[in-house]
Amino acid sequence: MVDIALQDRRFMMAAKAATRARALDRLRLGDLLFRYLTRAAAIAVLALLGGVLISLLIGALPALRQFGFGFLVSEEWNPVTDRFGGLAAIYGTLVTSFTAMLIAVPVGLLIGFFLTELCPRWLQRPIGIAIELLAGIPSIIYGIWGLFVFAPVLQHTLQPFLINTLGNVPAIGALFAGPPFGIGMLTAGLILAIMVLPFVSSISRDVFAAVPVVLKEAAYGIGCTTCEVMRHVVLPYARSGVIGGVMLALGRALGETMAVTFVIGNAHAVSASLLAPGTTISAAIANEFTEAVSALYTSALIELGLVLFVISFIVLAAARYLLARVARRIG
Amino acid sequence: MADAALSRRAALSATGRHAARRRRNAAATALAYAATVFGLGWLVLILGALIWNGISGLSPSVFTEMTPPPGTAGGLLNPIVGSLIMTALAIAIGTPLGMLAGTYMAEYGRHERLTGTVRFINDILLSAPSIVIGLFIYQVLVAPLGHFSALAGGVALAVLVIPVVVRTTEDMLMLVPNSLREAAAAIGLPRSLTITRICYRAARAGMMTGVLLAIARISGETAPLLFTSLNNQFWNVSLNAPTASLPVVIFLFALSPYKEWQSLAWTGALILTMAVLALSIAARALLASRKDA
Repeated sequence: MVDIALQDRRFMMAAKAATRARALDRLRLGDLLFRYLTRAAAIAVLALLGGVLISLLIGALPALRQFGFGFLVSEEWNPVTDRFGGLAAIYGTLVTSFTAMLIAVPVGLLIGFFLTELCPRWLQRPIGIAIELLAGIPSIIYGIWGLFVFAPVLQHTLQPFLINTLGNVPAIGALFAGPPFGIGMLTAGLILAIMVLPFVSSISRDVFAAVPVVLKEAAYGIGCTTCEVMRHVVLPYARSGVIGGVMLALGRALGETMAVTFVIGNAHAVSASLLAPGTTISAAIANEFTEAVSALYTSALIELGLVLFVISFIVLAAARYLLARVARRIG
Repeated sequence: MADAALSRRAALSATGRHAARRRRNAAATALAYAATVFGLGWLVLILGALIWNGISGLSPSVFTEMTPPPGTAGGLLNPIVGSLIMTALAIAIGTPLGMLAGTYMAEYGRHERLTGTVRFINDILLSAPSIVIGLFIYQVLVAPLGHFSALAGGVALAVLVIPVVVRTTEDMLMLVPNSLREAAAAIGLPRSLTITRICYRAARAGMMTGVLLAIARISGETAPLLFTSLNNQFWNVSLNAPTASLPVVIFLFALSPYKEWQSLAWTGALILTMAVLALSIAARALLASRKDA
């Protein structure tokens, strides 16, 4: 009787141990699977970038073969004769982006300065949120606003003013020659400036705020004015972060499509005047890709996309490198 | 006598220099104020123009009628639904993938070389030109299948969702205190369950914020949809056919010569902006509530 009971119990324990082992095995397997799943996802992110690059290369191959290096230096863009050169689009991309940075960087730095040193505490959050909202507005909205509201205003105010004043100055006059169209490279540059301003200001606010307070207090303690503390203490300390933020904004400006497409004028020409219509890489692709009839035309547009990708990759990589260095220093 | 004159001169020039410094400081301060007003002014101007031009067309018919042929009145029902479908598809594809990748980076490979590389590449994808993503999806989905489709549009948007979700997931999991993980290990919980039952729960608000930010980002994206989902004038809910989306319709209608289309574009722009701003404010509020807790 006792024997039977004992045996029964031993049997039950063995069964329990077996289920326990099975459960543990299942958990171990699940653990392993989950680990590999997450690892695969992480590698997929890498593969994504590789995939973008490879697919663009394959798509651009016919144009690369046909035009070779000449693609980058030829201004000709003629779908009828199937001759394509990307110079005008590349030139337009660079000119509009640099115009944008020329305005957005100083203004953005000043806003960062205001937010960290001058702004009363209760105003900091609302202003910060407002600036981030500006960053959140979709680019197509900037485009429609630029075309219907901003460009006509520029056509009647800023552009005639620039033509009549700077247009007559010998060296830089060529930049402001020609009639005021309203749309054109200057307008596109200004819209881009408004778009990247939030990036520059929020990053400069963050890196300025990361400057150790002791440094600033020491400078104030020997009698520096706010402006001097900013110039001689905060800016040098935050330099690489600021440059990183600027490069990040430049990367955005280079690749921005919709806002530019509305106001650039879409003319494949390199003109010295900022007031003239032009095109950018992204605007050319957005405007012409679905209308590209020949295979070579499509391929030329994809090659433009490849050029844009490579340029922005370099700019963004430099930005991330600089910002990562700042992050390491802050710890 | 000479000494006194000298020291008075020194004091004078000192006050002169001091005054100059103060003037410069005042000028710099004024410039900073002006820059801030300038920067915020654009927000007011743009929102003002949107409301001014868009509010008159805002009526129930916008949400119940299809996009009209030129010269007649209509609504934006099919692009709104198309946008919702493609956004949902993008979130459904991008969120799990991004979350898993972020999980690996924060939980398993925190100190691995791979994690650093993925983070770097992910940051680049985060600000990569979206039109290039459109070209990529055209090459891999549209050209081989031979037609434009909502599927291609959704996948293109998913490529934009992934980096946002990876970034926030990694950041938020890094904030989960290690003592939670240690406590779970001490009661014998397997690693995968620690992550899914404990770390995810602790980081939930932050990860939700990431998803909301991703939705806000893609719902305004036009460039990647131009040649993946294209456009469709008619009602369509099939994933396999060209589909209208709000941003693309705004783009086409705004550049058209027809008054009715332009006015619809403004109304669409108003709806889109309000939706995107509401999403990003919601995301911010969610994050703030997490910080308070």
